[in-house]
Order: sequence, then C-alpha cells, then structure tokens
Amino acid sequence: MWAYWQSVPAHWREIPARYRLEGGECQDCGYRMIPREDICPKCGSRNVKPINLPRKGKVVNYTVIWNAPRGYEYYTPYVIAIIELEDGTRLTAQLTDVEPSDVKEGMEVEMVLRKTRVSGESGLIAYSYKFRPLIK
Amino acid sequence: MVYIVGVGLTPVGNHWSKSLRHLAVEASVKALEDYGKDVDYVVVSNMLSGVINGQENLGSYVVSHLGKIGTPAIKVEAAGASGAAASVVAQGLISSGAAEKVLVVGVEKMTDYTSLEDTTSALSTAIDSEYEGFPGGTLDAMHALVMREYMKKYGVNREDFSYFPLLMHKNAVDTPHAQLRFKLKPESYMRSPMIAEPITLLDLAPVSDGAAAIVLSKEPDGPNGNAEILSVGHATDTIAIYRRESLTEMPAIRAAFSEALERANIERGSIDLYNIHDYSSVLGYITTEELGLAERGKAPELFKNGGADRDGPTPVNPEGGLKARGNPVGATGVYQIAEAFLQVTGRAEGAQVEGAKTALTLSAGGLASNVIIHLIRGV
Repeated sequence: MWAYWQSVPAHWREIPARYRLEGGECQDCGYRMIPREDICPKCGSRNVKPINLPRKGKVVNYTVIWNAPRGYEYYTPYVIAIIELEDGTRLTAQLTDVEPSDVKEGMEVEMVLRKTRVSGESGLIAYSYKFRPLIK
Repeated sequence: MVYIVGVGLTPVGNHWSKSLRHLAVEASVKALEDYGKDVDYVVVSNMLSGVINGQENLGSYVVSHLGKIGTPAIKVEAAGASGAAASVVAQGLISSGAAEKVLVVGVEKMTDYTSLEDTTSALSTAIDSEYEGFPGGTLDAMHALVMREYMKKYGVNREDFSYFPLLMHKNAVDTPHAQLRFKLKPESYMRSPMIAEPITLLDLAPVSDGAAAIVLSKEPDGPNGNAEILSVGHATDTIAIYRRESLTEMPAIRAAFSEALERANIERGSIDLYNIHDYSSVLGYITTEELGLAERGKAPELFKNGGADRDGPTPVNPEGGLKARGNPVGATGVYQIAEAFLQVTGRAEGAQVEGAKTALTLSAGGLASNVIIHLIRGV
C-alpha cells in the first residue's frame, strides 16, 4: 500500500534537515528557509548556503489532529504547529511531550529528535525533529 | 474563441459497483451524445488514480474503454484544480490548431481506499509531502490552521462557520447529481466530530466518486446549448503554507480573478453566479472575500443573511459546492465548469439561477496553491 511505505533513501537524503534543522540562507537577501532551496524563494538568487537553524522558537499556530494519516495513528491526538524559530524562520512540525489541551499560541518550544513515522511492521522507522515545551 | 458544446455527468457518490473506467466512460458517452458529433482529442483530468487505483496512463486507459482507440489522449493533474487545468490544456489545443473538438473528462474513484487514514494520506499529497506531510500534517490540518487564524483575526466562532455548510446542503437538495442531498441542522453542525481542531467533519467536502465530461469546440455547434469561455485566469502560491505571509489571504485567487476579468473585458457586476472550490468552510469564506463578494472577515454574514443564496444578489455554489455536491477531487473542476455551462444555457434544473448568463468557476489545488478561474457566458 502506497500510503504506508517510505523508502530508506527518501528519508536518508533529508537527514540534514530532519536531524539537525539544516536549512538555507540566501547570501544575497538574507532570507532563511527550511528545507534549503537551490533558488531563494524570495529574491530568486542561486547563492543559497546551508546553515544550521536555531533549535528554539515559539508556536505561532497549531491544530490538534484527530484523523491521522496512515502511519501516524499511534500518536493521535497530536499537535501539528507552525513554529517560528528564534531567527524568524518558520516550519511545520509536530509537538511532543505535551498534552494537546496545554498548547498555547506563543508557547516557547525547543527541538528534539523523535521517532516520527513507522512504515509498517518491516518498514523504515524514521526519526526527525519534533518540538517540545522549552525546559528552562 | 473556444465554446462548451456538450456535457455529461455521473451522480457524485459512493459508486461501489463502478470502477474508474465505468465512471469515465459513462460521463464521456453522455457528453458525446449531448453533443452528437465526434471529437479529435481527449484530455482526462484526475488526481489520485496512481495512488488509489494503481492506474496511470489515463489517456490511453480512457480511450481504450471508450471505443476511441487511436484518438490522441493525455491526462492533466493539478490536485483539486485538475479539471480546470484539463480545460485550460484543451483550450490551448484548440487555439493552437492541434485539435478542433476536445472531450475533457474528469474522473476520480476515491472509495477504493476504504479507510479514512489512507484517504487522508492520499489527499495530503496535495500539500508538501516532505515538510508538511512527513511531520504528520494533512490537507485537513492545513485548512484547520487557516480556520484558526481566521477565527482569531476576525473574532468569529464555530457557529459562524455553520452558515456555509447549511447553504451548501440546502442547495444540493435540488441538484440531481449531488452526493449529499439533505438539509443540515445547525445543531448537527455543532455536534460534528473533530477532524483537526477547529475543523470538523461537516466543515469538509466528503469523499466521493464521480466523473464529469464536457466537449469543447472552436465553433458554437452544440445542438442543446452553447457557452463561450470568455477567459481563464490562473495563478499559483507556495505549496507549503508555513512559507506564506498570511493565512487569511489567498493572493493567487486575487491574481487569477483580476486576470480573468481583464482578459474577458467584463465588469465583476455582470457575473451572475459563482461556482467556487470550498474544500473547507473557511476556504469558502476566504474565496468569497477575495472575489469581492464580502469585506474581509464578513463572509459569514454574507452566507447568514442570504447574500449567497441561489436567489440572492451573488449566488455561490447553487448546486451545493464541494461540501454537498461532493468532491471527486480530480473530476471536481470539470463538474464545476459543466454546472456553469448548464446554468448559462438554462438547463440546471432545480439548481437553476433565474436568468443566469455569465458564470464564474474557481478551482483550487492544494490549499489554494494552484487557482484557475473560468468566466463562461451562454451564447
């Protein structure tokens, strides 16, 4: 079944972004992005260099998912949030170590590496960034 | 000039006894019979047959089952805007002289995935699968983020979102090919199960099978009515919504609309009805705002006060829209154009907007990341 399956190389080549938030920074306009693009979405420059993005940020918007896609049922209900990192870069991520009802807009969060998706009983177990409430 | 000269629809619904090919052939035969002549090109629109039915190469697939082996045929995909995109390609074939008469057939067979998890995964191929889907995001979740932002920005509550599905269901009762032909009670909406907070089941289009076909020609030579495609407006936005400046504005809709008006050289006031892409209630609201039917944040009032009713000043989705006519995704855009064609030729039966001459259809792929507007006028 297609929806259940993810290949090893499809995950492996995204590892820099998924394990350590490696994104891109445009050397011409300064725009930062994840994943890194070859062409800056803001100014069209081809001069985009890899950069490790900050691991702390805040929740700017979120939703609690009750109807999960295949491979994510185990986590239901879980929170998908738009996170704004300390440098202003935004990304979509799952929250972890938090009750959905405790999530608030503006909540400070930090990146952790967590099991994200399991492709069946014999398939790949993919790890990637999730965000948890900041431990001070 | 390109004209719509024939139409054929299957009812939208759960067609357990019909396969992808049965649906495509049924709609195509109806459209060809309505037109009464043959075509020299076939353009198929679909989004999910590769994922759900394990079938691609839909050009040859459809002509093989339609008894038109030899006729050139291709498939066009643009998620929820696939049907409108197929029409765009067909118009290009005609304007360029590559074809004179083109059958555009949209088909989707979604119920061959029988679990909601798999259907959700399939639909979520319309968002960024590596950076929105992989963390666990879904198409519905992206609509939920937009709805939450809309509620916060304009101070509206869940009840304000009920006016949209209430009208869509009311309209679908009179639409012969609609999937959900029953009225909705306000209390049913408020009790609707949560999908992705604050989006509930009744905020979303259902899972649907269906096929719709239209015939396009360079002459208005249809025996049962003809409509001119006055113009097309087409624009895109980022596929991933976390890179957008605003979630409550859809600049691709604005851009496509102004392009369509300019190319058709008509005033917005001459549009008699709007057939829009309401995958969710909030997308329905924002779309009507971007089309200038309501001020920002005021779309709920438009729907509450009857402004969007079939006999109101600016009818929206007189057939029931995605919400209640149904959403066989890759076919939906063809349904929309077909419905507009029936309206402007006075053949929309119970869904007819009195005296409609000019119609707008707006199809959107992903979360309005690919927006195609058609302006259609009966001739």
